[in-house]
Amino acid sequence: MSVDFSVGLYGLIAIAATAMVITRARPVHALLYMVVALLALACLFDSLGAPFAAMLDVIVYAGAIMVLFVFVVMMINLGQPDETRERSWITPSNWFGPSVLAALLLTTLIFALGHGDAATGPNITEVGPTAVGMSLFGPYMLTVELASFLLLAGLVSAFHIGRALGEKR
Amino acid sequence: MIVPMPIIIVVTFAAVMGVAAVSTMVERRLLGFFQDRPGPNRVGPFGMFQVVADAVKMLFKQDWVPPFADKPVFLLAPIVGFMAVLLEFGVIPITPHWSIAGDLNVGLLFVFAMMGLAVYSVVLAGWSSNNKFALLGGMRAAAQMISYEVFMGLSLLGVVMTAGSFSLHDIVLAQSRCWFVIPQFLGCIVFLIAGIAETHRLPFDLPEGENELGAGFHTEYSGMKFGMFFLAEYAGVAMISALITTLYLGGWGGPILPPFLWFAIKVVFLICFFILLRAALPRPRYDQLMSFGWKILLPVSLINIVLTGAILLWQAGA
Repeated sequence: MSVDFSVGLYGLIAIAATAMVITRARPVHALLYMVVALLALACLFDSLGAPFAAMLDVIVYAGAIMVLFVFVVMMINLGQPDETRERSWITPSNWFGPSVLAALLLTTLIFALGHGDAATGPNITEVGPTAVGMSLFGPYMLTVELASFLLLAGLVSAFHIGRALGEKR
Repeated sequence: MIVPMPIIIVVTFAAVMGVAAVSTMVERRLLGFFQDRPGPNRVGPFGMFQVVADAVKMLFKQDWVPPFADKPVFLLAPIVGFMAVLLEFGVIPITPHWSIAGDLNVGLLFVFAMMGLAVYSVVLAGWSSNNKFALLGGMRAAAQMISYEVFMGLSLLGVVMTAGSFSLHDIVLAQSRCWFVIPQFLGCIVFLIAGIAETHRLPFDLPEGENELGAGFHTEYSGMKFGMFFLAEYAGVAMISALITTLYLGGWGGPILPPFLWFAIKVVFLICFFILLRAALPRPRYDQLMSFGWKILLPVSLINIVLTGAILLWQAGA
């Protein structure tokens, strides 16, 4: 299977799954399609020569963040009334405007892809985990440190919100 | 000797299924032995055909989907769990020449990715059954598996740092002089505990604790769909055993005997250890399980990383 074909296939799966995410009325079904879209994205990364990014995409997004989403949806346990309300929102008058705008964006993207140097062709070099690590802790050191600040701040605030209220130590 | 890839794939698949099926029987026999009773010993010599009897029973049961269940998700859940476990075996190097993708340069990460996806099987089974017990089991499973995945990942970093690679083949080669269980003892213990929690086996089988939740997330499942959860659990035990063998016990390495035999001996020993743990340890309370993880295993695995890093830098003469 040539690289171009597989990239196209994974891209199509990702787009179709994302469209299903928008149009599903049941939140859990929408989330499952989103997981499929993320998996297709991971396959895309892998076939473009970035296996490390692909695995992180599955571990972090599909394996952790989406599980938390599913977890929360399970906890609130939305029933039939929510589903019918959700269905009533998916009407032509609601989706027509955004669709036109999205179609415009799509035309721009196709135009740009057709005229730029974005068409890479089959000369793909694989970037292994070592290369990713070297560049993360080399030229991109500052970004990594900033991201770690942000995560630490998130951790501290989560700890603050999750503390036991009115409980004597 | 170069074996063609399709044969490797088919034989590995058959072997995993065989090990998973036979370990259901071995577990019952061993539990019987530990508890001073015979266990299943009627069907065939030493009760060996009990597996066949169980399989026939499961296949011939009515395959029933409850009318209140979310049908597509209900059908999807056992398949996801089963596929994820089977795919994990793809990156395990069984011998130097016998593995499907043993030298994948992100092999260990692939195992983690598949473990992350296996969470969906229990969570979705719990949700789609539309049953309070199943939902509670599914929620417990999600929280337990996500938390223990964190410690599992951190405990493995020591191995990755020492071997300098994510490829399981390279990790085994790096252990040719000394098994990682000695320098990475803390990491090995944390990985073992997290592995038990990840496969939700006793003593960490709170998602299916039968005295409080019926059967937990698979309460509504019957027939072969239940059988798939069951097989996935035992394949998961074999998977964790194979991983511990590869990462900490030197994989196929060992004197005199052929590599395959060494691998098999180590895996079977660890599977029996899992069964012994089931017979020996009581089940903790759910909050005890979570606080044990976050308050003991997380600091221990972080200390392990810091120590390993310091020693590696010291050895490199930095």
